[in-house]
Amino acid sequence: MKFAVLVFPGSNCDIDCFKAVEDTIGQEVDYVWHTATDLSGYDAILVPGGFSYGDYLRCGAMASFAPVMNEVVKAAEQGKFILGICNGFQILTEANLLPGALIRNTGLKFRCQQQLLEVVNNGTAFTNQYSQGEIIDIPIAHGEGNYYCDDATLAELKANNQIVFRYAGDTNPNGSVENIAGISNKKGNVVGMMPHPERAVDQILGSEDGKRMFTSILNAWREQHGAAING
Amino acid sequence: MKAKVYVTIKENVLDPQGQAVQGSLHTMGFAEVDKVRIGKYLELQLDTNDRAEAEARVKVMCEKLLANTVVEDFRFELEG
Amino acid sequence: MAQQLTAKEPTPEQIVEQKIYQQFGVSDYEFELICGFLGRTPNYTEIGVFSVMWSEHCAYKNSKPILKKFPITGPRVLMGPGEGAGIVDIGDNQAVVFKIESHNHPSAVEPYQGAATGVGGIIRDIFSMGARPVALLNSLRFGKLENDRVKYLFENVVSGIAGYGNCIGIPTVAGEVMFDESYEGNPLVNAMCVGLIDHDKIQRGVAKGVGNPVFYVGPATGRDGIHGATFASVELSEESEEKRTAVQVGDPFMEKLVMESTLELINSGIVLGIQDMGAAGLTCSSAEMASKAGNGLELYLDEVPQRETGMTPYEMMLSESQERMLFVVEPQHEAQAQEIFDRWGVICKKVGKVTDDGRLRLFHQGEQVADMPVKALVDECPVYNKPSSEPAYYRENASVDAAAFEEITDLNGALEKVLASPTVASKEWVYNQYDYMVRTSTAVQPGSDAAVVTIRGTRKGLAMTTDCNGRYVYLDPEVGGQIAVAEAARNIVCSGAEPLAITDNLNFGSPEKPEVFWQIEKAADGMSEACRVLDTPVIGGNVSLYNENAKGAIYPTPVIGMVGLVHDVDHITTQGFKKEGDVIILVGETKAELGGSELLYALNGSAAGRPPQIDLATEKTTLNAILTAIQGGLVASAHDLSEGGLAVALAESAISGGIGAEVNVATDLRPDHLLFSESQSRILLSATPEKAAALQAHLNEQGVVNAAIGTVKGSSLTINVNGKSGVNAPVQQLEKVWKDAIPCLMK
Repeated sequence: MKFAVLVFPGSNCDIDCFKAVEDTIGQEVDYVWHTATDLSGYDAILVPGGFSYGDYLRCGAMASFAPVMNEVVKAAEQGKFILGICNGFQILTEANLLPGALIRNTGLKFRCQQQLLEVVNNGTAFTNQYSQGEIIDIPIAHGEGNYYCDDATLAELKANNQIVFRYAGDTNPNGSVENIAGISNKKGNVVGMMPHPERAVDQILGSEDGKRMFTSILNAWREQHGAAING
Repeated sequence: MKAKVYVTIKENVLDPQGQAVQGSLHTMGFAEVDKVRIGKYLELQLDTNDRAEAEARVKVMCEKLLANTVVEDFRFELEG
Repeated sequence: MAQQLTAKEPTPEQIVEQKIYQQFGVSDYEFELICGFLGRTPNYTEIGVFSVMWSEHCAYKNSKPILKKFPITGPRVLMGPGEGAGIVDIGDNQAVVFKIESHNHPSAVEPYQGAATGVGGIIRDIFSMGARPVALLNSLRFGKLENDRVKYLFENVVSGIAGYGNCIGIPTVAGEVMFDESYEGNPLVNAMCVGLIDHDKIQRGVAKGVGNPVFYVGPATGRDGIHGATFASVELSEESEEKRTAVQVGDPFMEKLVMESTLELINSGIVLGIQDMGAAGLTCSSAEMASKAGNGLELYLDEVPQRETGMTPYEMMLSESQERMLFVVEPQHEAQAQEIFDRWGVICKKVGKVTDDGRLRLFHQGEQVADMPVKALVDECPVYNKPSSEPAYYRENASVDAAAFEEITDLNGALEKVLASPTVASKEWVYNQYDYMVRTSTAVQPGSDAAVVTIRGTRKGLAMTTDCNGRYVYLDPEVGGQIAVAEAARNIVCSGAEPLAITDNLNFGSPEKPEVFWQIEKAADGMSEACRVLDTPVIGGNVSLYNENAKGAIYPTPVIGMVGLVHDVDHITTQGFKKEGDVIILVGETKAELGGSELLYALNGSAAGRPPQIDLATEKTTLNAILTAIQGGLVASAHDLSEGGLAVALAESAISGGIGAEVNVATDLRPDHLLFSESQSRILLSATPEKAAALQAHLNEQGVVNAAIGTVKGSSLTINVNGKSGVNAPVQQLEKVWKDAIPCLMK
């Protein structure tokens, strides 16, 4: 399996995502520059955190118009696995690959801390190694992670089982609608989340609950791949 | 020609910054402040004299990049 | 426009007649020297360039005699003071690069941008050496947090540090914040950056190779940060009024691009010399690079990218626009360098060339506008030995017995009061605003004695801390200076690391005052002595003088930034108690030393008497014994005793571990003295019952005073003194007091 980690000017979790893929599942992984015009060689695309284009104007807004994003849209249509983390989530909503928007934390401050999440949907390619309702510890670090969508979109998210993670219990750190921490698209192959699974892959860093996101993706790809060969 | 673009947070979306500013103004004794909404103001210098064309293109700029219409409204004025 | 402004600049004759140089801080004597070096009177640009090169900030003209005291060499030191940052060998062809720098005055005026650009500046110092920045720290001092202006400064300084560090993607892993009236109106904002480098990648700021091109990298130059004197001599207009207030604005996004492209350039191996443009921008970087190579430099100022119209040579040379670098390559590598910066979208422009005549020559609009000897600019600034005299307060304090206050019997109440003091209270409100996890190598997060960052591909780690108790230094500069270094070393050792070296930030009042100069001298003596005994040379630093407010000088605050080496990540130790049944051991001797203590500050809001004394030989023995015990796997937790003494250390270890403790101490001291004394060279350890005996035997063998004082247990902190109950409180309650103190004040 082959991963791409996108690099925009101002991305700063690209190296962490790259190392996480290497360390957790040992699969092939490349950095792919924002100007790239071909992603056909990759099975999964990670859109990393950071401050693409300085987060100027609006988080993720300018990155969503980078040339590589046309290829990300194509990859999404082809059913490839796409994971946007933090700024990557913001970019995916700005690119309309995921519904809603991320706005300023209600507390107005950037928040960096360990965070408990509830796995709301373990049926996705990104969460199949967790159990339904499991509480996991994955850190957050953001100033604009307050997920917002209108009531109609929210109803749709629920109806389609698109809410993937919620902040557990009463720990919502940013004021997001219904404690939403991560969502998927309808097909389930595109996920965006504010917490950073790539920062939770080693006990020495505080948690290794993020490892299973990466093993989930590999697992899903193997199943898909096996099915294709058999079918 | 110059375009003055105003981007504001939609009425139904919470504006925590605006609320914080309102709180401060109240503490300072400006009790009459009923509501504060914070937005962005952009000035675009346009290299064109065609007003109709400018109008149409600035609208597209706003819709595509300058505002996120999920959470923001925009309006603009053309000058010159 | 350019000509109009230039025309308004004073002529050399006017500079002499009106003594305009005095507005730039150049004395009559210095002006005479400058005229001598030039063989004529300087023009406006030249006197501007000389004035910044001969300022305290660039020339250390008042502090040089002080800086000479510091030990700066050691078997591991690869580069000492003089370059952008010092470098220490950590084995395996790797080295650690670090430096601390102040941005006090800009932060007092515009706290967000002042702090942000302080962070940006220190990061450039690190990557311009060729190192990859891996961590940021900061040391902050503010007035009393009850004051609204102080709240504003605190809030925005923290935001500014967060805004810059978070965006550029370097974790802010440690620091300290203290509050005292002495810093009102003159906050201290010291930022430190730590980087990693391979030995063969180390760069120097030298303009090598006559005829080689000189390149400017980074955003265009504006009128940011030019000394107010710039406009004092041109007619005031609306335009100039606007310019006068120009503060430096940081752009962390741009710095991220400059950092990545610069590191790529350096890794390509074609750079001959590189230096960042910090204070005094183009002037300081070009003169210093030429000087270090023994060469000259020509700059073609029309080529300098400019953000504003009509900039004069004076303005371009003195601008402190941020995120800029200067480098030299051989002509055949020009295209390769240009390609790297083009790809990153960063401006890179050839602005000059290296010459062999030892002169700094500036050209503008076809004319030579300045011609100065490089050596005079960099090396010939006179050095002053300022008069020094022992202040009256120091003599008066000799007879003050700080321990002679009425005995406090409500020890629970006293502990809560000290835990709620903003200096002691949890700084979570601060560090949760910093991204301390990016780069996924932060093994010990903020809130412990020292942070630890792991080194990928090895079993090693770097421990880092900043420390200085300004109250101690005020009460006794020499002892306070020793304690600042010793406490930093203690923090490093408690985290499981071997202390390597320090960088220092000397924050003092005006050196023109003999009493302040005495503080500087004495503090430097104390620091030097501690550095010698503890084997931690000074590899670089910064001097910030003239920190004064309406009431006089700030507390003398020589902040120590120390880095240590964790030889194996298994040695990493934190302050929190680990598990029920572990034995608590107090290392070191407790005396009735309350001078400058947090308890007295919480009670009286002031400091008097003498600070705790310190015996450096004992400190050294203690630290060696603790480090070997940790490395031998005998220690479960380690926490240094500092502000608030034993009571606060026990509470912090309990809170961090989320578990209680039962402690029984026998003493000849008054119970309140015992619990809140700030005697030095003390450390609180815990060990499993199986290892406790071996740990004590090890300490005894090394001649280190220690006593088993209790057990990790339950959910309350219980401290009995001589069999009588002293403190008895649920850990959760203490945690609430400790954690809520700053958020409550900031609401």
